[in-house]
Amino acid sequence: MPAIAETLNTVQSVADNGYKWGFETDIEMEFAPRGLNTDIVRLISERKGEPAWLLEWRLAAFSAWQGMEEPVWALLNYPKIDYQDSYYYAAPKKKAGPASLDEVDPELLRMYEKLGIPVSERAILAGVEGAEARPPMAVDAVFDSVSVATTFRSTLAKSGVIFCPISEAVREHPELVRKYLGSVVPPTDNYFAALNSAVFTDGSFVFIPKGVTCPMELSTYFRINAKNTGQFERTLIVCEEGASVSYLEGCTAPMRDENQLHAAVVELVVLDDAKIKYSTVQNWYPGDAQGRGGIYNFVTKRGACRGARSKISWTQVETGSAITWKYPSCVLQGEGSVGEFYSVALTNNHQQADTGTKMIHIGKNTTSTIVSKGISAGHSNNTYRGLVRILPKAAGARNHTQCDSLLIGDLCGAHTVPYIECRNPGAKVEHEATTSKISEDQLFYCRQRGLSQEDAVGMIVNGFCREVLKELPMEFAVEAQKLLAVSLEGSVG
Amino acid sequence: MNAVTASATGFLARYEGLTGRLPGDPAPRRAARDILLSAGLPHLREEGWRYTNLAPLGDARFHEALTEASGFTGDDDLPSLGGLSELPRLVFVQGRFSSAQSVLPELASVRSFAANAEFGALANPGRDRLVALNTMLAEDGAIIEVAEGVDAGSLVLISAGRDIHGTPVAFHPRHSIRLAAGARLTLVEMAVGHGQYLHNPVTEIVLGEGAALSHVRLQNEGLAAYHLATVYADIAARATYDSFTLCAGARVARTELLVRLHGTGGHAAINAAQLLRGAQHSDFTTVVRHEAPGCASRQTVKHVLAGRARGVFQGKIEVDRLAQKTDGYQMNQALLLSPDAEIDCKPQLEIFADDVKCSHGATVGELDSEQMFYLVSRGIPQAEARALLVQAFLGEALDMVADEPARAMLDDVISSWWVHEG
Repeated sequence: MPAIAETLNTVQSVADNGYKWGFETDIEMEFAPRGLNTDIVRLISERKGEPAWLLEWRLAAFSAWQGMEEPVWALLNYPKIDYQDSYYYAAPKKKAGPASLDEVDPELLRMYEKLGIPVSERAILAGVEGAEARPPMAVDAVFDSVSVATTFRSTLAKSGVIFCPISEAVREHPELVRKYLGSVVPPTDNYFAALNSAVFTDGSFVFIPKGVTCPMELSTYFRINAKNTGQFERTLIVCEEGASVSYLEGCTAPMRDENQLHAAVVELVVLDDAKIKYSTVQNWYPGDAQGRGGIYNFVTKRGACRGARSKISWTQVETGSAITWKYPSCVLQGEGSVGEFYSVALTNNHQQADTGTKMIHIGKNTTSTIVSKGISAGHSNNTYRGLVRILPKAAGARNHTQCDSLLIGDLCGAHTVPYIECRNPGAKVEHEATTSKISEDQLFYCRQRGLSQEDAVGMIVNGFCREVLKELPMEFAVEAQKLLAVSLEGSVG
Repeated sequence: MNAVTASATGFLARYEGLTGRLPGDPAPRRAARDILLSAGLPHLREEGWRYTNLAPLGDARFHEALTEASGFTGDDDLPSLGGLSELPRLVFVQGRFSSAQSVLPELASVRSFAANAEFGALANPGRDRLVALNTMLAEDGAIIEVAEGVDAGSLVLISAGRDIHGTPVAFHPRHSIRLAAGARLTLVEMAVGHGQYLHNPVTEIVLGEGAALSHVRLQNEGLAAYHLATVYADIAARATYDSFTLCAGARVARTELLVRLHGTGGHAAINAAQLLRGAQHSDFTTVVRHEAPGCASRQTVKHVLAGRARGVFQGKIEVDRLAQKTDGYQMNQALLLSPDAEIDCKPQLEIFADDVKCSHGATVGELDSEQMFYLVSRGIPQAEARALLVQAFLGEALDMVADEPARAMLDDVISSWWVHEG
């Protein structure tokens, strides 16, 4: 949630169950017919004005998807998804991708304002929107199937940074997109990645050229608004030699009794000495207290450390979604490359999360760190699933994994499923995992000093997650802390 | 799928050939046959089998008629017992009880499965297809019972296998161990052999309230053998199941221990060491299920891998909603001695109760170069220094074997392994 601190307070009253982003915006939309077939794939490609090679690529992915089976190995329980019962393309009727911010539908701008997303450059620069002075942040706002606005593009262009909707990148920078798209997550990688490859609609494209440190934080804000639509975004970030960027991602959706599908693919590529820090605060609508509604979040995120000494750092705070299936991974190919994964996953009510990471050590002296904090409350189930694979050439590879689970209440579940595969004797792999509840001593200590039960739990949970939260950009970390407290509402007492 | 299903066809044909000659109720055998017929043997695409490939098992053609000829009975084929030689022992040759070589215990009742065939309620052919294989074809086994309050001392259970004139054989012994309330027993199990054969034992252990079983297991099969063992243990209130397994033999081995703690205050220790070299593959898989409050489980598993050996550990701790105050601990450590060795581990926690203390840890690495340097700089030759460090590494797990003669037997196996390796 790249929102401003007050957003939480100002929209506090919007929802009755603690989800403050659950309103719907009435925008005139254009839908493709319901269902999924090659005609829909063609239609999406045509709407986006795509070149023939990309249409072929989509069709190949679609035909592969048809031959694949939905994975069942995750510890998730949900009714069978009817992929024909969804809209795969929904866009505001106004011209997609307006040339300037002034052309954006004011209704949309009001929605983003309500969500606390800075899609206006001027407001941010004037410091109107944020109470405290904060550095400018460039935002790509993706609304259902299309990107509606991308801010600070000209400022970024001065440094040679490309930051634009991926559908535009396909047109403006086809050579770059063609070179990298699908090179980290091939179209046939898995069931949901294949589905995404066939029907992806928008997402962000970031290219940081050689030696450039991106002058500001980049951010994409995903919003599902329309009914019965799935969101299938595709993000591609490339950092050339010595380049670096910090990228943030936020997401929300209206409260509805039906489940909506979100199947994204994120690909990162870093060359020699380059660095990407990718932070996510995932706050899709989690469903109500009885487990009705909520987003099904099936996401494939993977980064390739292709260059020597390159680095990818994933930080995620997962509080939303009815179902989360997500394993941001690093392929550590370059010598001395570094992969990091910091995660807080909180589930409450009837939410289910199966999330973790994969660290594939291919190059020499590659290192990876995994810190995962899982918090389960209510009737929820929370699983850490992670793979650390050391291949024969990865001499001197190191991994340290720490995963801790916290249980709040006796109707929830906390699970840990790490896979460790080592084929090099010179590697060192360490894994630790613990499961516990909030100790009576800690609670007593806080209560005794006048904190309410709920504040005390919030404080202890924040302490439990501190190692991860400190990896987030500062204003994000503040938001994340509040979000954790809000998500836990009603779980203690 | 078809290729995998085909791998059970040899066994299925064998079952048809033995119809009417196998002991006990034929109904569970038929049900097991149906399971194998539809699902075949486990394959790599199943989560629990992702690291162990049984395809070679399908390619090996096992000897058809086993019921009579055993091929050998000489004492040469038995393992050296050392300090265990004075103890009562049950000897199985090619899976058949050999009364001539056995010495029956005084304080425990022993019967043979061949004469008293009964399938226990613990083994689950539906979940475990090797158990289905065993149920379908089991011919013999040991039924050991200790009466209430009796301390039956120690008992040795030996299994010796070998091929018959170059033709591989398969045997599927069915053992059952029952300790009534307050009973005690130390059982030392040793599996040895030569040549190519399949040893697929299923053991069902039932411990009554306050009973204590110390179970020391040595798997030192011939280096061309398949060893696929499944052990079920049901542990009542305040009972203790203390097990240690040393896996040093077989070409392809899998040991699966399924432990259920269903009474308050039960205790289980499932410790193991795997010592592998050459092209050996050994999979140690455990599931410890906490179903009652206040139980504790402890696991320390160590692997030493040389050559192109591959070690696998899959350990799962399940904590039921009712099992508050569970104390679960699991440690898995691997030492890779060669660039071609491989370790795969999957330590799993599945927890549904909130007031629990569960942790697991895993480490993988090579010998510490600083420790090596320390020893070598003090005049200890390289090979000896390595042996010392490896033995110290294994010692942590072996120290949990309280029974002295059993511990000495395991130490001997490790030293002779080291002679070959060093």
